[in-house]
Amino acid sequence: MKTSNSKQFSVIELMKQEPVWVIFIGCFLFFSIVSSEFLSVGNLLNILLQSSILGILAVGMTFLMISGYFDISIGSMMAFTAAVAVSLTGYSIVLAIVAALTCGALFGAINGLLVTKAKINAFIVTLAAMSGIRGLLYVYTGEREIIGLAREFEKIAAGKLLNIPYPILIWAVIVIVCEFILRKTVYGRNVYGLGGNLDATKNAGVPVDRYVLAFFVINGILVSIAGIILASRLNAATPVLGLGQEMIVIIAVVLGGTKLDGGSGNMIKTVAGVLTVGIIQNGMNILNVQTFYNMLIMGSIFILVVFMDAKLKPAAR
Amino acid sequence: MHPVLTNVLNLMKRQGLVIAFVFLLVAISFFAPRFMTFRNIMLVLSQVSVMGVMACGVTFMLIGGNFDLSIGSQLSFTTVLVVSLHDVIGPVPAILVALLAGIALGGFNGYLVGFQKLTSLIVTLGMLAVVQALTLIYSQGQYSQIQNPDSWFSFIGRGFIWKIPMPFVIFAATAIIFSIILKKTVFGRSLYAVGGNRTASWFAGLRDDWITFFTFVLTGFTAAIGGIMMGSRLMSAQNYLGKNYELMVLASVVLGGTSLYGGSGSVFKTVVGVLILGFLSNGFIHLGLPYYTQMIAQWVIIVGAVWMDVAVKKGES
Repeated sequence: MKTSNSKQFSVIELMKQEPVWVIFIGCFLFFSIVSSEFLSVGNLLNILLQSSILGILAVGMTFLMISGYFDISIGSMMAFTAAVAVSLTGYSIVLAIVAALTCGALFGAINGLLVTKAKINAFIVTLAAMSGIRGLLYVYTGEREIIGLAREFEKIAAGKLLNIPYPILIWAVIVIVCEFILRKTVYGRNVYGLGGNLDATKNAGVPVDRYVLAFFVINGILVSIAGIILASRLNAATPVLGLGQEMIVIIAVVLGGTKLDGGSGNMIKTVAGVLTVGIIQNGMNILNVQTFYNMLIMGSIFILVVFMDAKLKPAAR
Repeated sequence: MHPVLTNVLNLMKRQGLVIAFVFLLVAISFFAPRFMTFRNIMLVLSQVSVMGVMACGVTFMLIGGNFDLSIGSQLSFTTVLVVSLHDVIGPVPAILVALLAGIALGGFNGYLVGFQKLTSLIVTLGMLAVVQALTLIYSQGQYSQIQNPDSWFSFIGRGFIWKIPMPFVIFAATAIIFSIILKKTVFGRSLYAVGGNRTASWFAGLRDDWITFFTFVLTGFTAAIGGIMMGSRLMSAQNYLGKNYELMVLASVVLGGTSLYGGSGSVFKTVVGVLILGFLSNGFIHLGLPYYTQMIAQWVIIVGAVWMDVAVKKGES
């Protein structure tokens, strides 16, 4: 018999409402029990540090996905901005950072303009950009690895404030700012309108095209921030950097409960999705599991979440 | 306007892509004398065939309003399967096992999308990771090879029938059969209906669940045929060889003019798209350009082709 008492606490009820937290806690408990090394401040900070790049990418993707779009060129874009940053650190670190941010914004603008002005499906636009930007990267690097000349540049990823590495702080600031925008500003509320019902939002007088263009540009800038952190961590860039990254980002965001067809989702849940992916990757590493099982488990959890999301929420239909 | 001119303009509107393709071939052959030789044309035809066979399946997929992002992984899986089993159980059983594996993977996708009504883009994104992981787990990350290079199995990928490469014969046969299925059978006609308007087709009494299921099975089947051709051409299999095939196949189908939104498209268009991409990448090599410049050209061409398509359709309505 079905019970409609929603106050009654049960795992099933929680699973229906917030599947990502159940999986997150499940994974966390599982690895804490099976591995003695997992549950330590050092390792937990390590997970956060390793997840920060994925997390920053996921913020931009969440914006796009709530409004009903997505960008699969982010892997190539991140690699390109990383290469630009590393190659310019010899001149000036500020110049390198500004140039990388500009590149990201520019690619985002190209994608956004093609989606809004030329009315081409975002999937095709960013699919083509994914290979195109990768091609530009090969041209730019001449198929070689670029090695950074300034040791100072490494401080972005290696520096710490109160024992917390900078990348985690940058990620946290981005998440808080974006969550604030989504919840408290008109712009943020309109993001949901855009993904939920485009025509209604348009009729309500929201300049839809300008919004969408802005999301693609913001996404490009966030991708370049991730690229700069990655470049700083390696102090080098290769043409194959970030291959397949877009898949992991989409997996993390969808795991967090954002719908691919738009209209729902938020940054905090995305963080939970990112951390779940991070915990699985870290835990499997500690347990010395071959990387292919990693992929299998992540893919299976992903399909399971999508399945439960569709089955457990009849009200959404 | 002069009637001849009007006719020419109409033809350009309808067959703009084919005309652009012919111009491109002529232009490249001016600069590269070996481009338009019989030998080179046959080489290109055999190279594009694996992609072409899979593109026939994906055409069905897009017409029915779905995506399959896991076909690249399915290609890796079936290739590794057929190559590794060739020496153990003989070529014919190995081919049968590979075909069954393709059908089973397609069937699983089809069950989740057709009967469980999950979004195909998401499900197959997860399956991309799962199937690739299964490939790696099965082969333990090892490179597989067929010991006896004189096995008749090599005929599928390397043989000729009256100077026509065998892979192209398979591609042509698949394209003709798929075209007949699409145009002449109840299944084919229903596919257009389901892709065009699922609700209307449901009210008309069409079983959209079974139709979607069979589309995925057919796509899995074409991926397996592609895997067998690939295995036979290389007589060996590397675990990641299907990587990015889903994107290349999708690009060629969409370039041909099959709509991403379902309900329209044809196998003939897809064949044109596949040939354009094939001749283009070969032509670039003949022009002496490094392989990665193709990636940039693809970006421009795909966006340009779709943009044109959108603009023409807007003018018509």
